[in-house]
Amino acid sequence: MRKFLAVAMLSFFVAGAAGVAAAEAPKRVLSVGVAATETVFALGAGDALVGIDQSSVFPREKTKALPNVGYVRALSAEGLLSLKADVMIAGPEAGPPAALDQAEAAGLHIVRLHEGYTPEEAVARIREIGKALGREAQAESVANTLSDDLATVKMAVAAAKTHPRVLFVLQAGRGAPMAAGAGTAADAMIGLAGGVSAVGQIKGYKPLSPEAAAAAAPNIIVMMKDTVDAIGGENAVYAMPEIAQTPAARERRLVVVDGTYSLSFGPRLAHALRDLAASFHPEAKFPVLPEREWTRLQ
Amino acid sequence: MDEAAVTDTTAALPSLRRLPRAALLGALAAFLGLVFLLALGIGAMPIPAREVMRVLLGFATDSQAEAIILGLRLPRATLAVLVGGGLGISGAALQGLFRNPLADPGLIGISGGAALGAVSIIVLGHLLIAVLPIAADQHLLPVAAFLGGLAATFATERLAHHRGITATGILLLAGIAINAMAGAVMGVLIYSSDDAQLREITFWTMGSLAKGGWSGVTLSAPFVIFAVLMLMRCAAPLNAMLLGEREAHNLGVSVERLKRIVMIAAALAVGASVAVSGIIAFVGVVVPHLVRMAAGPDHRIVLPGSALLGAALLLIADCGARVIVAPAEMPIGLVTSLIGSPFFLWLLLRRKGVGA
Repeated sequence: MRKFLAVAMLSFFVAGAAGVAAAEAPKRVLSVGVAATETVFALGAGDALVGIDQSSVFPREKTKALPNVGYVRALSAEGLLSLKADVMIAGPEAGPPAALDQAEAAGLHIVRLHEGYTPEEAVARIREIGKALGREAQAESVANTLSDDLATVKMAVAAAKTHPRVLFVLQAGRGAPMAAGAGTAADAMIGLAGGVSAVGQIKGYKPLSPEAAAAAAPNIIVMMKDTVDAIGGENAVYAMPEIAQTPAARERRLVVVDGTYSLSFGPRLAHALRDLAASFHPEAKFPVLPEREWTRLQ
Repeated sequence: MDEAAVTDTTAALPSLRRLPRAALLGALAAFLGLVFLLALGIGAMPIPAREVMRVLLGFATDSQAEAIILGLRLPRATLAVLVGGGLGISGAALQGLFRNPLADPGLIGISGGAALGAVSIIVLGHLLIAVLPIAADQHLLPVAAFLGGLAATFATERLAHHRGITATGILLLAGIAINAMAGAVMGVLIYSSDDAQLREITFWTMGSLAKGGWSGVTLSAPFVIFAVLMLMRCAAPLNAMLLGEREAHNLGVSVERLKRIVMIAAALAVGASVAVSGIIAFVGVVVPHLVRMAAGPDHRIVLPGSALLGAALLLIADCGARVIVAPAEMPIGLVTSLIGSPFFLWLLLRRKGVGA
C-alpha cells in the first residue's frame, strides 16, 4: 500500500513537473489555430478533439462537426474550460493572453506554441504538439517527412533562375487594398517560394495607394480565393486602380491561393510551398510532391 | 417645481403611470440582486445551482467550479455592476445638466479621450517601457485611458468657458471638436500600428468585461463609487435645472458649480469604466430614458434608478455575451449596441410622432 502511494505520488509530481502526463495520451483535446488543428489530425489524434476554433477548417468534414470556441483571437476563458479538455493546443495566434491565463489558473492545461514563419519552426511545432498529445513517434515521422519534403522544394527553388517581384494583397474592395509587408506569413511564403516581396520595405499589413503599387512594380499578385471572389473575379482584380498599372496586370499574372493551405505554416507547408513556387516559376520544373496522409484528409 | 419640470422635458416622452419612489428603487435593487445571482449561476460551463450556492457560502466541493465562479464570474459581475451603474448615472446627470435627452458621456469628450489614451499605450507603450521600466505594468493602459478621458473633458470645459460662464451650446460643440481631434490622432496611431496592435485596438473599442478581473474592479471601484456619491447629491439642483439655467439660478442653484461637479463626476465614472472595459455604447443614453418613462423626471429617482438599472442591464447584456455563442463569446459592446440602437431609433420616432 505504501509503495503504491509512493509511486502514485511520484508519478503525480513527475506529471506536474513535466506539465503534461506524457505517459498517457490526453483523451480530450482542444485545439485552437489552423496549423495546430491540422497537426492534431495529422498525428492521428483527431478523434480526441472536443473543440476547435473558427479558423480550424481543415479537414473540412471533421472540423465542421466539432464545438467551436469562436474567433481565435477573442477566446473566452470559461468557454475554453467548459469543454473539459485534458489539454489545449494553443496556436501562436490564440488570445487574448488574459483569457488563456484565466483558463490556466482555473485548471486548464495549455500548451502554447510559438510564432515563427520559418520551415524549422513549423517542424518544431509538430514535435511540440506530438509531445503534448503523447504521440511523439507519430510526430517524429510527420516532422521528418515534412523536413524531407521541404528540402526537396528548397532545392528546386534554389535552381530556379528567375526571382519575380510578388505582391500579396490581403483584402480589397472597400478602401485601399492591404499589402503584406515584412514580418507577415505571406511575406515569408513569397521568399521561401523564390519570389521577392514587392513591398519589402513596409512592415505588416498596410494600405497600398495606386502610385505605391505602380512603384512596387510586382510581376505577380497573390490573393486569397475569398478576396478575389468578393471583388468579382480575376478581371475585376486586374481592373483595380492599384493593380491596373502593374506589370502583373499587363501579363495577367494573378495567383489565387487558399489562405488556410498557403499561409498557415502547418504540416502541409511543403506542399503549399511547392504549389506557390510552381506558379511563380512557370518556366522551371517543380516535381509534384508525393501525397501524404495528412494532405489527403478531407 | 416638480410639476413644472414634468411638463418641461417629458412632454416628448411617453409617460407611464408614475410609481412611488421607494417602491421603484426597491424593486430595481431587488431586480439587480436577482440578476447578479443569475450572472454568477450561468455561463459556458454548466454548474448546477446547488454547487453555485455551495461555492458562494464557502463549502465548495468542486475546486474548478469554485475557480470559475469566484475567479471568473464574480469579478466580472462586480465589474458589470460598477461600469453599468457608473455609465447609467452619468448619462442621467449629463442629460439633466444639458437638458437634452440625447446627451451621453461621449458628448463631452470622455470616451474619445479615453480611447486615445488606450490606443496610445497599445501602439507606443513599448517605446515608453524602454525609458521607463515601470511602464511595463499591465495597469498602464487603464490608467492612461482614464487620464485621457479626464484630460479631454477638462479641455472641453475650458474651451467652453468664457468670463466665468460655461456656455452649454459651445460645450457641446467643443466636445465634438475634441472627439474629432482625438479620432484624428488615433487614426495616425492606428495607421502606424502593426498587426497585433491593430487587433488589440479593434477588440478594445468593442468593449469587454472579460479582461478586467479583480484588478479592474479595484482600479475602477473607488472612482465610480465616489462619482456616484457626488452625483446623488446633485439631484435637487438638477431638478431646478429642468426649468432652465436662469430659472435654476433664480432658485438659488449655483449653476456653474453644478456644471463643474457633474462633469467631473461623469468624467471620473465614465473614464474609470471605459478604462477597464473598453467602449460600451448606449447604456448611458438609454437607461435614464427607461427610468424617466417609469418614474418621471425627478432626479431623486432618475439618478439612483439609472445607476441600478444600468448595472442590471449591463449584467444581462454580459450574460448574453457569455452564453449566446458559447463556448465562444460576443463582445459586450456589440450586444449593447444591438439592443440599444434600435431602441434609440424608436425613441427618436416617438419624439417625431409627438411633435407632429
